[in-house]
Amino acid sequence: MTTGRLGAEGLANVGQARADARGRASVSDWMPYLPANTTPYPPDGVDPDTLTWAETVAPGGYTHLRVARGTRLRLEDVDGEACASVLVHNAAQPGERLNVADTQKIPWQAYLGAGHPLLSGDGRVLATIVADTSGRHDAFCGASSDAWNEAKYGDATAEGPSPSGHALLRLAAARHGLESRDLPPAVSFFKGVRVAADGALEWTGSAGPGRSVDLLAELPLVVLIANAPHPRDPRPDYVAGPLRVHAWRSRPTGLDDDVAAATPERERAYRNTIAYAGLAGL
Amino acid sequence: MSITTTVPPRPVHDPDSPLDWSGPLVPGEVVLDERVAPRAAWSGVVAAADVLTIVDVGGNQSADCLLYAADDTAERYSAADTIAWQGNVYVRTGTVLRSNLGRPLMAVAGNEVDRQDTIGGACGKESNTLRYGHHTAYQHACRENFLAEGARHGLGVRDLVSNLNWFMNVPVEADGSLGIVDGMSGPGRRVALRAERDVLVVVSNCPQMNNPCNDFNCTPLRMIVTRP
Repeated sequence: MTTGRLGAEGLANVGQARADARGRASVSDWMPYLPANTTPYPPDGVDPDTLTWAETVAPGGYTHLRVARGTRLRLEDVDGEACASVLVHNAAQPGERLNVADTQKIPWQAYLGAGHPLLSGDGRVLATIVADTSGRHDAFCGASSDAWNEAKYGDATAEGPSPSGHALLRLAAARHGLESRDLPPAVSFFKGVRVAADGALEWTGSAGPGRSVDLLAELPLVVLIANAPHPRDPRPDYVAGPLRVHAWRSRPTGLDDDVAAATPERERAYRNTIAYAGLAGL
Repeated sequence: MSITTTVPPRPVHDPDSPLDWSGPLVPGEVVLDERVAPRAAWSGVVAAADVLTIVDVGGNQSADCLLYAADDTAERYSAADTIAWQGNVYVRTGTVLRSNLGRPLMAVAGNEVDRQDTIGGACGKESNTLRYGHHTAYQHACRENFLAEGARHGLGVRDLVSNLNWFMNVPVEADGSLGIVDGMSGPGRRVALRAERDVLVVVSNCPQMNNPCNDFNCTPLRMIVTRP
C-alpha cells in the first residue's frame, strides 16, 4: 500500500490518476494556442485563419519553430520586459546559420531595423526583418552565457530562477539534433545597446510594452528563441517578461521588393538565396 | 620548382614592401617560431600560461583568428561573450578573450595597435559575392582557410563563428555605420595573447584584395610562442 500527498482519497490506482490528470486541463499565461487561429491575441491585420503558430513564451523560457520558406513570424514584447535572443538555421542544411558579423558588415550597418537581412555565412539571407516598432535591438552581445548568469544571479540553469540565454538555446537546439557547437552568437530583440566612439556599449534598453518585430523566412528555417534578460541589462534582478510569437503564411522576398532592391549588397544576397532555393526545390 | 600556371593570379605583396619580422612581445623561452605565407592558414596549440605573439610583418595584414579549448573544441571563442563581458566592442590590452560558455580562453597581454577587431568577421567566397559581386567568387578567402585548417583538427562549418581580426580596423560610427577601413598597424607591430588554458589557435592570413583589410598587399605573419 502506498500513500501519496492526497491521502486516503488519493490516486492509488490508474483510474484515479487518469481522472485527476484530466481534471487539471486549464490555461496559463504562457502556453501555445492550437490550432493557431484560436489565439486570444491575433496579430493586427492578419487573417487568423492564415496563422500557423501562436504561443506566449514564459519569462526565462524558450521556444523553437521549424518554419517553411515564406513564413512570417511576429515577436511581440508584451510588457516591455521581453528579450528575444534569436538564432536561425537553414533547416535543409543546419551548418548554414545566422552569422552576426556578416549581418552587420554586409549591410554596412551595426544596428538592426526594418529591412535589415539576417545573413548566414554562406552569402544568403535566412530571414528579413520586415517590420519593427521597437528599434531597440542588439547584434553584438549575444544571449547571456552560463558564466555570466552564475556571476550575476548565482545560477544559470534552465530549471532555476535565472536561466541563461545559452542554457535555453541549448535545450531549444537539442530538439532539432543541434548541439552547443551549432550555437553561434545570437541577435537579441527588444533590448538595445549603442556603441560609443571609444567602443563602449551604451544601454538603451526597452522601447516599452507592445512593441513587435516581424521576421520573414527566406529559406526553410529552424528558429531558436530564448527569452532571458540581456547580459548588459543593468538591473541586478532577473527581469524578463512574456514573449508572444505568431506565425502565418506569407511569401518570400522577391528581387522586385523594396528590401531586396535597397542596396547592391542586399540585391545580390537575395539573388543568391532565390537561386539556391530554386535549385534545391525549396 | 618554377612552373607556368593558368590559375588566375594569386595576390601577394609588392616585392619592394618593407618587412619587419620583429620578435616576441613578451620575454620568455621561445618554444615555437613559424612564418605564415601570404594567403595561407596556420594552427597550433598554445599551452596554458604560454604567450603567442603575432607579428604583422608587412603592416596592416589582417590575421583572422579563431580559438578553441584544446581539450573540448565545442567550447570556442565567442566574440559576443567577449564584448558583453567587457562592455566594449574593441579588443585592447587586457581584453579577456572568452568562450561561448563565458570562460577565459586567452587574454591580450600586449598590443601595439590602438584597437583590434572582433566584429568584422571573416571574408568568404560567398560573402564576397554580396560585398563585391559575383566576379570575385573564384577568389580564395579566410573561410576557405578556416575550413581547410580546421579539418586537420576535426572542425567543420559548425565550428566557424565570429572571429578576431588582428591588425584590422572596423569602426562603428555614430549612426551605426560599420565597415572595414584603412588599418592602424604597421610593419613589425605585434599583439601578444596569453593562454588561460590549453588553446587551439587557428589563423587565416587573409587573402582579401577587395577592401583595405590587407592594405591591398598580402604580406606574411610570424607566430612566436614564448614560455615565461
